[in-house]
Amino acid sequence: MSDNTLLIVLVAILGGALRVSTPFMFVALGECLTEKSGRVNLGLEGTLVLGAMSAYATSYHTGSPWLGVFAAGVAGAALGAMHGAICRLPKVNDIAVGIAMMLFGTGLAFFFGKAYVQPTAPRLDSIPLGGWSDSPQLAQALQINPLIIVGLVVAFLMWWSFANTRWGLILRMSGDSAPSALAMGVSVDLVRFLATTAGGFLAGVGGAFLSLYYPGSWTQGLSSGQGLMAVALVIFARWNPLRCVAAAFLFGAAGAIGPALQSVGITQGYYFFNAAPYILTLFIMIASAGSKHAARDVPGELSITK
Amino acid sequence: MSANPSASIDPPRQRALSLETIGMSKAFGALQALDDVSVKIEAGSFHALLGENGAGKSTLVKAIMGYYQADRGQLLLDGRETQIRNPRDARAHGLGMVYQHFTLVPCLTGAENLVISRADAPAIIDWAKEKRALAAFLDRMPFRAPLDVPVATLAAGEKQKLEILKLLYLDQRLLILDEPTSVLTPQEADEILGLLKGMTERKEISVLMITHKFREVTAFADAVSVLRRGRHVGGGRVAEMSTDEMARLMIGDTQIRERAARAGNEAGETVLELAGLTAGDDGGPLVLNAVNLKVRAGEIVGVAGVSGNGQSQLVEVLSGQRLLRDGRIFVRNQPFEPDRDSFYRLKVFGLPEEPLKNAAVPRMTVAENMAFRSFDRPPNATLGWWLSPGPMRAKARELIARYRVKTQSTETAIGDLSGGNVQRAILARELSGDVDVLIVANPCFGLDFASVMEIRSQIMEQRNKGAAVLLVSEDLDEILELSDRVAVMSEGAVNYTSPTALTDRATIGKHMAGHA
Repeated sequence: MSDNTLLIVLVAILGGALRVSTPFMFVALGECLTEKSGRVNLGLEGTLVLGAMSAYATSYHTGSPWLGVFAAGVAGAALGAMHGAICRLPKVNDIAVGIAMMLFGTGLAFFFGKAYVQPTAPRLDSIPLGGWSDSPQLAQALQINPLIIVGLVVAFLMWWSFANTRWGLILRMSGDSAPSALAMGVSVDLVRFLATTAGGFLAGVGGAFLSLYYPGSWTQGLSSGQGLMAVALVIFARWNPLRCVAAAFLFGAAGAIGPALQSVGITQGYYFFNAAPYILTLFIMIASAGSKHAARDVPGELSITK
Repeated sequence: MSANPSASIDPPRQRALSLETIGMSKAFGALQALDDVSVKIEAGSFHALLGENGAGKSTLVKAIMGYYQADRGQLLLDGRETQIRNPRDARAHGLGMVYQHFTLVPCLTGAENLVISRADAPAIIDWAKEKRALAAFLDRMPFRAPLDVPVATLAAGEKQKLEILKLLYLDQRLLILDEPTSVLTPQEADEILGLLKGMTERKEISVLMITHKFREVTAFADAVSVLRRGRHVGGGRVAEMSTDEMARLMIGDTQIRERAARAGNEAGETVLELAGLTAGDDGGPLVLNAVNLKVRAGEIVGVAGVSGNGQSQLVEVLSGQRLLRDGRIFVRNQPFEPDRDSFYRLKVFGLPEEPLKNAAVPRMTVAENMAFRSFDRPPNATLGWWLSPGPMRAKARELIARYRVKTQSTETAIGDLSGGNVQRAILARELSGDVDVLIVANPCFGLDFASVMEIRSQIMEQRNKGAAVLLVSEDLDEILELSDRVAVMSEGAVNYTSPTALTDRATIGKHMAGHA
């Protein structure tokens, strides 16, 4: 492999990371928000798929992809609110509800999405940030999607709010010690309900990216488990929104290895490289299971840690 | 709600609240939890509230704090009748409470905990300004706690200080403390209570403290009220009362088992020998660093130490909950591996701390829990696997009667029993046979007076019968009372041993602090 080929591969991986990481980022941020409040929503895979379908359908009917993004968020928020409302009932396990919501979300999306497999909806435009470069590969890789910028802003806002706003402190309090929060007159259930709803909104927006930008169409196999991997990603990121972004890039880059190699003609092990994010998930789970940092940063009220 | 506390930098003035209840009564169904209780806490006094478990102390303070509405009776604050409908009302009137468990949020820093606890916490927090205000606040306080690290990383004593600082930060002028020292070492307890006492003397606050410990009452309180079965049965100035009087008021006519006297026998041969026990924390630093200790037959060796110096880990190693990295345990010169067979063969028994967590399955019945040592041996089992519940229940009934475990039946889940009764049930299981080695950790943690007496006398009885007893305790008084020899642990090793008769609190304290 010549130097030039290596460069092409690296640039392709960078471009792929920027492209593929966005849904990871949104779902992870949504899950991070929800888990910070002390609840796990495993249903975000379903939220992602329903978000993708809603975005595509809305964009198709209204002609505005941004309305589609909003519709995806609303659909996600509705699923999140449902999860939050069910978990308020006594003796309900949020993990079990999450799995049910995942199946419900995907089922709903497939049911309503049948009609949108064929037609083509208007897609989100990309922002060319690579115009300064005379390398067509780099220019192509730096075709930034607008949602990634939204995601970065949301991540930064979340990170800042967790430490510097009353809402942020109340959210962390509810997630870490429900008795303390209750003693202060905070309605823990309400906080969690709102956090799950907002988290659902973000995950829905992540779905909009799938159908409106990359791959950019509505099919049933659109998500392939990205919503579930994002849950692992939050653990890896130790419940920090900025680290969630970094972890999303890492996952995106891992997902881009296969296509990048293919672009320079290496097809050997294509499917193996395509499985890289899944293998990465596995290793990250093993590595973070023994990590003391993860044990310290985990919100105390999470049912997975109790 | 009070103004921003940083604004009130007045010199000490009479800020302490006085509180009086008149004829407070509260019934839960048929149970009269409070019956016509009248208690007066003078402004600037340190008032102790004594009583056994279930005597109504908690009900009284919860009625004061607005968690319950009293059925009858009045509450006077600074002489004025006041209605307190909920805990928020209480806070607004300057009443603050420190609970037995910590109410700080572990993942937040001290500063975050303080600021968010304010009712007027701003939507967007200007940390530079808040930090300045907090520093000014701490300058006025007699004690401080680290504010910039997550509370989870603080030691129990620091957390307790922070809990109290939080109330002072919220401008609370009457503090109710619910057994504030049960999580502290003697030194920490003395320090915190001493500082609070100083604040009451300067009339900055009044304190109402629920406690079981007479030493704390006589050392720190000005006045005491004693409750028994929901009634106020006596009290007065502490200077005019003896501990015996207080104990009699507290317990009433209840029969207490005579404390087993220390039989004057000479200790026998070495039974339990710990040789160079070394253990780490999941690959982390060493928590036990070559612990060497011998316990002879018919003696109690008390292990003292500031909490977190390896005492709990030592018990975990002996009970098989933690793996040894190095070192050996010998019982009667035979190597001892903490497995079920060795426990049985070498007659090693134990009462770990928090028995509900470490020695019982909360959802299994009392009878099943009592059979943990013997469920797979005759008569409870045939061929080691076919279990017969009949003999188990019969044995449990006998133990329940003998050890006075208060339970509805043998089939009650052990998790539903009160702390003292869980302790008794586990002790019954561990002591009902022949005991060669007994390992006990904080056996009286959070128990009422009668239970404490009973459990201590049980331990003493085993010693008198010739068992080698290793007593790990954070209560130095308990160690001084029970032990024949004292060992002090510091930084994972035993750095001092001495016959109890030849040492004193000061010497032990010095070694606890690590200064040899």
